[in-house]
Amino acid sequence: MPGALSHLRICDFTGQLAGAGATRFLAALGAQVIRIEDPVAQGRWDILRGMPPFVDERRGVEFGGPFNNHNVEKLGVTLNLRTERGRELLRALVAISDVVAENFSAGVMERLGFGYEALRAIRGDIVYVSNCGFGHEGPYRDFKTWGPIVQAVSGLTFSSGLPGQPPAGWGYSYMDHTGGYYMAIAILMALRHRNRTGEGQWVDLSCTDAGASLSGPALLDAAVNGRATPDAGAVHSNRSRQPPMAPHGVYPSRGEDDWVAIACRDDRDWAALGEAAGADWARDARFAALDGRLAAEDELDALVAGWTRTRDKFAAAAALQAAGVPAAAVQRPQERIDRDPNTAAWGLWPTVTHREMGEVRVDGLPVHFSETDWRMERGGPCLGEHNEEVFGGLLGLNADEIAALRAEGVL
Amino acid sequence: MTEGALEGLRVVELCDELGMLAGKLLADMGADVVKVEPPEGDPVRAWPPFLDDEPGAERSLAFWHYNTSKAGVTLDLAREGDRGRLRALIARADLYLESGAPPGLAAAGFDAETLRAANAGLIVVTISPFGRNMPRAGEAATDLTILAAGGPVWNCGYDDHALPPVRGGGNQGYHTASHFAVMAALAALLYRDETGRGQHVDVNAHAAANVTTEAGTYSWLVARQTVERQTGRHAAVNPSMPTQVRCADGRHANTGVPPRGPAAFAALCEWLETLGLADEFAETPLLEEGTRRERFDLAALAGDEELRAIFGAGRAAMNFLASRLNAYDFFTGGQRRGFQVGIVNAPGEALADPHFIARGFPVEVGHPELGRSFTYAGAPYRFQRSPWRIRRHAPLLGEDNERVFAELEG
Repeated sequence: MPGALSHLRICDFTGQLAGAGATRFLAALGAQVIRIEDPVAQGRWDILRGMPPFVDERRGVEFGGPFNNHNVEKLGVTLNLRTERGRELLRALVAISDVVAENFSAGVMERLGFGYEALRAIRGDIVYVSNCGFGHEGPYRDFKTWGPIVQAVSGLTFSSGLPGQPPAGWGYSYMDHTGGYYMAIAILMALRHRNRTGEGQWVDLSCTDAGASLSGPALLDAAVNGRATPDAGAVHSNRSRQPPMAPHGVYPSRGEDDWVAIACRDDRDWAALGEAAGADWARDARFAALDGRLAAEDELDALVAGWTRTRDKFAAAAALQAAGVPAAAVQRPQERIDRDPNTAAWGLWPTVTHREMGEVRVDGLPVHFSETDWRMERGGPCLGEHNEEVFGGLLGLNADEIAALRAEGVL
Repeated sequence: MTEGALEGLRVVELCDELGMLAGKLLADMGADVVKVEPPEGDPVRAWPPFLDDEPGAERSLAFWHYNTSKAGVTLDLAREGDRGRLRALIARADLYLESGAPPGLAAAGFDAETLRAANAGLIVVTISPFGRNMPRAGEAATDLTILAAGGPVWNCGYDDHALPPVRGGGNQGYHTASHFAVMAALAALLYRDETGRGQHVDVNAHAAANVTTEAGTYSWLVARQTVERQTGRHAAVNPSMPTQVRCADGRHANTGVPPRGPAAFAALCEWLETLGLADEFAETPLLEEGTRRERFDLAALAGDEELRAIFGAGRAAMNFLASRLNAYDFFTGGQRRGFQVGIVNAPGEALADPHFIARGFPVEVGHPELGRSFTYAGAPYRFQRSPWRIRRHAPLLGEDNERVFAELEG
């Protein structure tokens, strides 16, 4: 079955997650993604090549679990762009590619000799999408980032926390994932524009711009109402104001570090929670309507916690769900990956085969297509694993020429 | 006027909060998005914050934000006449985006199969909390419960595990579902450009959260290890050092990756010197030692006591500087010296930041119904030839009924 994007070829300079996550989506849908790495740096363009977790005791650039996860279904080639022959081969590759994608720091592609103008001279309708923390223009263009810095500057870290505490932030690089999603969106939209008009273009993606756009209502509140910047200790993101709900929170349950999330959307949910809990306090007239509950959130949280504390988190959530109230156990990785019937039924954890690591489970996609569904079978590429396939099969070099290029340090 | 990348694309949006961002992302790039609301209006119109803090169907800033560039019509889908209008809208559309459709609508001929039979090129994107026909599809869900069941909540919170884990703010669970809806819709559209064939895309918000937790997921998949939450930094299998510091002005900064290598130590010494703080920082001699260490092999840290002391002094110096400077000065002063550090901004602060302003991030949107204009969050990406642009403010309730219904009849 052809993939939705089997007709596309991506010349891929991305790395880590913010870039690799974008081309990963395209590769799973059938695009031929050719990942270019530097033979001299031996994989160090992407720090994740050697980072934990590892499948066993082996270490090195072919054993990084994150790299494998983020680069499934891609081809990997090596190309030394310090050499004229290396640059020539890249030009040949760009000439037959639809997209060039990269997430280096601003200015790196120009220094390599392959900024947008150079790419466009090779192929007039090329789609070039760059992705970096602060974009390619603006006072901070040379600043360096990774997920946590993007999240801090764009306002997302601040918006995650409990009262009287410093910001909790995000316990993972939400904006590396999400920067990758915006990069994939940008690539696909630019291709749509090309289909319609014949024009290629450069898209300058700044992860902090994308991050800031994810707090839209709060930005408007500041701009429209002149709302003063709140104190960090006033944030309570386990509660809900959009829309207002109460009780709404993460409550302790039986077991060590076990928690259950509960959201009463409306008066009906509240009454149903009271029934399910069999609690007298739930019949208190003060709590019957939303305004009363919002005025007594601390008190409500203590009452709800009193009920959840002695219960298993899954049992508590199931009892509330049976009454139609949104509730869910805060799942540990093992619970959601190996015990949640929904992720299994979806096929969310496909097994890929990596040349060195063997069979490894990876993140699947949270979308299914009725006609052209995704596929993940091949693990992330080893360094230069597909040199023959790409330089031979695609660019027509013979085995002797490839061997000579390898000997000369071009590949 | 320059056209957006999705000019000419006809989209019908019948969405609750799971899909409203997806419609905005398409509309702000030029797609002709018609948002369908019930006669009493989308419930999001009742979400705060409100203009001047006064509730009102046309005053919700959340509704304003999520519905820019869309046209709006009201339909009473309990009535066959209005269902006919919706059917006609979808029959001429390229993309039908749905989430939280009223119960019974699918049975009334609005399932993907029937809709596609009437319009072979149609792309139907259905967003739901747990996916279609999945074991948990019947569960009631909100942003909080999706993120709790899906992994992000486990990853977020504080070193003190007596405090509950935290759901990050801003309804990001809904956002992630919408991001995947747009990615998938566009891929289906490119396939249709090649083949003329539409299809049905099933988007699962719980699965989207599950694959958006980085090491939280792959530590288990690869090595059966469990990450534990930590204050202001990545949840990790092995505890890491704190990276969040309260600055002199009471705001917070992220001290990022500690200095490693002689150049970074030289920059650190220069920074302390410039601020006149070198003498006050007790471990300055160790930093100077760091400038002389040519090999900085972190793998050898455990067996090299001096290197460990130097590395620790570098981290301590970053924390010291952050505590003595205002957060913005620490951020820019550190970054100008090559350190990957950040300021913890509140969401609104991006609008006043010189970098965001220089990039044109804050944009003005006219509200002729109020005779005013307001500053909105701007482009997530800058397209050189087919730009992102807010084409109009969110539709007033039923604002486009007359025009759209007339087009259907014409």
